[in-house]
Amino acid sequence: MFWQQLVNGLTAGSMYALIALGYTMVYGILKIINFAHGDIFMVGAFLGLIIIKQFHLGFVPAFLLSMVIVAIIGIIIEKIAYRPLRKSTKLAPLLSALGVSIFLVNFAQLVWGTEVRSFPPSLQIDTFQVGSVTLSNIQIYALLISFALMLALHFFVHKTKMGVAMRATSHSINHARLMGINVDNIISLTFGIGSALAAAAGILIGLYYDAVYPVMGYTAGLKAFTAAVLGGIGSIPGAMLGGLLLGVVENLGAAYISMGYRDAIAFGLLIIILLLKPTGLLGKNIQQKV
Amino acid sequence: MLQLENISVHYGVIPALKGLSLEVKEGEIVALIGANGAGKSTTLKTISGLKRPTSGSIKFKGQDISRMNADGIVRLGISQVPEGRGVFPNLTVIENLMLGTYVRKDKQNFEKDLENVYNKFPRLKERKHQYGGTLSGGEQQMLAIGRSLMAAPKLLLLDEPSMGLAPIVVKEIFRTIKEINRTSGTTILLVEQNARMALAAADRAYVLETGKIVLEGTSASLRANPQVQGAYLGGKRDRHPAGTVETSA
Repeated sequence: MFWQQLVNGLTAGSMYALIALGYTMVYGILKIINFAHGDIFMVGAFLGLIIIKQFHLGFVPAFLLSMVIVAIIGIIIEKIAYRPLRKSTKLAPLLSALGVSIFLVNFAQLVWGTEVRSFPPSLQIDTFQVGSVTLSNIQIYALLISFALMLALHFFVHKTKMGVAMRATSHSINHARLMGINVDNIISLTFGIGSALAAAAGILIGLYYDAVYPVMGYTAGLKAFTAAVLGGIGSIPGAMLGGLLLGVVENLGAAYISMGYRDAIAFGLLIIILLLKPTGLLGKNIQQKV
Repeated sequence: MLQLENISVHYGVIPALKGLSLEVKEGEIVALIGANGAGKSTTLKTISGLKRPTSGSIKFKGQDISRMNADGIVRLGISQVPEGRGVFPNLTVIENLMLGTYVRKDKQNFEKDLENVYNKFPRLKERKHQYGGTLSGGEQQMLAIGRSLMAAPKLLLLDEPSMGLAPIVVKEIFRTIKEINRTSGTTILLVEQNARMALAAADRAYVLETGKIVLEGTSASLRANPQVQGAYLGGKRDRHPAGTVETSA
């Protein structure tokens, strides 16, 4: 049972990690929590579903198209809901984020209905046995795709000019501007990448649980936010580690303790880690600037 | 090359600069000296676009830049080494240097310019894969200057290059500043509390007091000015403990 739960935990955890990256990247630069991020994830899931069902595109083009559209939606949300508030108190973008969240959920309910939708049966679930572990093809896709995306992000952030500029901006917006970096573009890029990753997670989770519905972003968003804080908010490797850890711990806990305590275990882990290390696992000490 | 005319800047309602005018000609080293809080850093931030003036104009090579964004101003060839150096602690030395070239189109010169910076500051080469945050204060200042040089600026703005550094490091930094000006003809505007070092390096200087220029002239004339000697070159007792004997002005 241990290995089975470990694999299930890694699958769920890699999804949490994909969503957590969006929270952490935005926080890293703007020091705000984008509470609409879970709902961006939901929109990604719906778009993937709609593209496959109504436009009869294959999984791969639907997956990519949904990521691109959601990236654009994320960029537009930042421009409309956060950019005008950049010079106001930190509370204002937080409230604006909640507003965007409510808007997205209601929009989804209006356009796509409130019922739970499932993916077409063409995307069959095949299961096979590796030792004592039962794996589904979707689980393998989810793991492979999420790890590939995380590797790609790591490469982008460390090996490209824009990625280095993004890390510079996350340290100091003004000093980044003195390098000639157009900080507005970097912020748009951050929202775009974060939203695209959330869309990818949305489709994969929608497939994995075969359920897409307007409020699916609530729990997933909260868990992913927990993962981001657990790993150290603002830290990209922290979000990846936090997501995987959260997924594994809650699955093992659910299996060995009780299914009913699944969420309690997840949030209990957060409390314990924050008590021991308030900046999260890989978070840096934030020094007050004089 | 650079003209500030009647510049006023406010933080909220509090004025930081009150109608400041100054000029930097091509090829010059100009120093802006003054006490803490006189508005020196604000002047540089206003030139580089981090702070908007409430009135007045800033012309760079005849073009008004007072309403431009900071990144656009960098593109015109003005590079600022900010107060406190502004090294990115979460980036390696080489990544910091790479960011200096962010706005440059001629990428083929990267290796050559990098070698150039390493020649000026061999310590940076030794530490090229270290994170900026692990460097000493002097090394960070070298990195910040080196990074600005990677932008191949026409005008270099230096904000307190001596701040928090040991006297021997300060000397080395100022020697490099003069060398940059001499060998590549880069125009330099530097802001300093260390008036002695600044006047030794600069061709001309301005003295700033509570947001206004109160004196200007060649470095030699300012060094000879009793007012400057009294206020900025060691006449003040709080800057030099009792018993210190000033041997030269």
